[in-house]
Amino acid sequence: MKKLFIGAIMTIGTFISTIGLSLADELLVPHMTYRVGPYAANGTMVANGFTDYFLMLNERDGGIGGVKVNPEECETGYKAQVGVECYESYRGKNALVHTPNSTGITLQILQKAPEDGVPILTMGYGLSAAAKGETFPWAFNYPASYWSQMTSILSYIDSQSGLKGKKIGFLYLDVGYGREPIPVLEELGPKMGFETLYVPVAGKEMQNQSSHWLTIRKEKPDWVIMWGWGAMNPTAIKEAAKTRFPLDRFIGNWWSGAHVDTEALGSKAKGYLASSYTTTGTSFPAIQDMIKYVVEPGKSKTKIDMPGKVLYNRAMFNAVLIAEAIMEAQKMTGKKMVTGADVRLGLENVKLDAARLKELGLEGFTAPLIGGCADHENGGSIFVQQWDGSDWIRQTDLIPPMTDVVQPLLTAAAAKYVSDKSGWQTQTCK
Amino acid sequence: MFYRETGQFKSKYREELAAFPLAEDKVGIAILLVIAYVFIPIFGIPGLSYEFTMGAIMIPVFIFTITTLGLNILLGFAGQISLGTGAFMGVGAYSCYKIMTIFPDLNIIICVILSGLVTAVVGMIFGLPSLKIKGFYLIVATLAAQFFLEWAFIRVAWLYNYNDSGGIEGTNKEMFGLIVSGPQSDALTRYFIVLTLLVLLTWLASNVIRGRIGRSWMMIRDMDIAAELIGVRPLTAKLSAFAFSSFYVGISGALMVFFWLGAAEVESFDVSHSFTYLFMVIIGGLGSITGSYMGAALVWVVPVLIKEIGKTVFGFDAFVMENFSIIFLGVAIVVILIVEPHGLARLWQITKQKLRLWPFPY
Repeated sequence: MKKLFIGAIMTIGTFISTIGLSLADELLVPHMTYRVGPYAANGTMVANGFTDYFLMLNERDGGIGGVKVNPEECETGYKAQVGVECYESYRGKNALVHTPNSTGITLQILQKAPEDGVPILTMGYGLSAAAKGETFPWAFNYPASYWSQMTSILSYIDSQSGLKGKKIGFLYLDVGYGREPIPVLEELGPKMGFETLYVPVAGKEMQNQSSHWLTIRKEKPDWVIMWGWGAMNPTAIKEAAKTRFPLDRFIGNWWSGAHVDTEALGSKAKGYLASSYTTTGTSFPAIQDMIKYVVEPGKSKTKIDMPGKVLYNRAMFNAVLIAEAIMEAQKMTGKKMVTGADVRLGLENVKLDAARLKELGLEGFTAPLIGGCADHENGGSIFVQQWDGSDWIRQTDLIPPMTDVVQPLLTAAAAKYVSDKSGWQTQTCK
Repeated sequence: MFYRETGQFKSKYREELAAFPLAEDKVGIAILLVIAYVFIPIFGIPGLSYEFTMGAIMIPVFIFTITTLGLNILLGFAGQISLGTGAFMGVGAYSCYKIMTIFPDLNIIICVILSGLVTAVVGMIFGLPSLKIKGFYLIVATLAAQFFLEWAFIRVAWLYNYNDSGGIEGTNKEMFGLIVSGPQSDALTRYFIVLTLLVLLTWLASNVIRGRIGRSWMMIRDMDIAAELIGVRPLTAKLSAFAFSSFYVGISGALMVFFWLGAAEVESFDVSHSFTYLFMVIIGGLGSITGSYMGAALVWVVPVLIKEIGKTVFGFDAFVMENFSIIFLGVAIVVILIVEPHGLARLWQITKQKLRLWPFPY
């Protein structure tokens, strides 16, 4: 008994002592995922696309600059508090860049990033004001902020049916993410002459939206814009079809228009619109490589039908941008093992122009993206896609945001954010 | 053998009533304090990285111990069940945030204590139904408090100063020239502050519980009619239990946001957290201060360690370990409740009894 006890203690001791040893000679790219919980259907696609690209680089090119990448996952369940715990667990481990995959988590770790010297890249989510690189040196929201996206969607509606005198319904998930674009609507409503009907959907009610759609039916908005996520999206589309709201007047943001949202509904969701900044499909050589090196040999958790779908491709582009930033950082510093501060510089100097995109096997996949010191959002053009009953079809050319509207708002928001924070670290750009 | 009280004679009532009447207990507590104040800050926990030890294990465990102590006072000592603990932590956090922004120069420790007092008042208001109802009906009343407060944290924008993010966040706060809270603060500083508050609050709780008020709580718990007949006023006893418990819970909520997470939104105070704190109390042992420590440590640390060991030693995927730690916690609750319904505190008592006789079985 005694021997057994001592043996057990020694075994546990050995296990614990190995935890502290970090794996040397790896580029650690932590990735906060949610493969469990109410948003798992979307989270799994995002996690797979992100991880697969790095695994493919490891298999095909031996990593980045000859160093293997470790795209380590930390499971959050889309809970902000768990995300903070994840963040804390990477302190002192030389993480290169954080990918919180949740606006709620981003808002909570934003203040800590300058202290730890690890940048945060929130591609297509996060705090809009982070686009101001001079105020937020450590946060990036390439390729567009939520505010830019909202103005692009509004100009799309304007081009379709005109905005003046119209009533716009705004259906949103009532968390930090969904509330993010409200300032833009409040600013633009009086200017462009439309009225906004706010319909918040609490997380608990997202699968039961009959009361929300009753409001919409009563108020009869001309268009409905949705900021939804997870199970909220298919429920909303289903309810819209049920209440006979015209689906081609119902437009989701880029997180509300994925295959997981519409596939189960099939032809019932036909006509539903959504914005996006990445193209679907597997015809790109980079995605072919991912299938060849990672998915088909079974080296990841990806099922063969996942590549090419909206969220998979978008998460892959997130990984592409990080890989490019790491490569840029290696080039700038001459080191192979870069640090978080180097990758921050890499993100500011990243050059994904048309030629580079073609080189990467992603020709025409997205708008060119040129990093900058002062502009951490980079233009932010989007396009609109439509569900044809079986797939998402791109409908428009790139729609630029209303920069003249968004920029002053971003500047004011950035100033407000730092106003009550003493000792906030800023930077000056040439 | 280890726990032999033979030869320790008491000649005064004072000595008999002391917090630790046995010399062994005094030595044990002294050793624990030395470990907490000297060894862990210097060496950390062997095998775990220092940042991880502080940020993911020690600071949260201390904070949750304060929560558990608070809930245990209400549930274990006064017998009033509450499912609103998460929301009451929120009251502490949001009121601390408001006090901090209204009086930016106020010392943060005073903020934390004031927020505890605010929570005590709110707790007393939501404790009023306990005068009329008990048991399952009281659960429902406290659950209503939980939902009402959650609603208020989202809808009353004044509570979070109309932030776009809808959450509250801590800024750098100095005390004696040292940054004690906020993103630039050192984990070690926060560790010492949380630890000191925990020690002080434990000392306070153990004295109150052994005193007149604590005894009146236990009388109400064991049989309220009999207690009333021999002169305990249920109004004072029940409301003081709610106030005292909420004071602890509020302080822990403020500490959680400003000394651990750095920022929070309503989700950190939802009903699932209330359940977690209830598990901590039940697993630790109802009506035991030692149990509060053990319950908080087991429920918090074991899943964290499982996840970390599974990820770094065995190389499992993060989400597999997440699911596994959820399963583990559920199984642990069931097994502990079957093996020892009185929780870990009772197991510790049995161990002490054995140590007293060891190595002789009788």
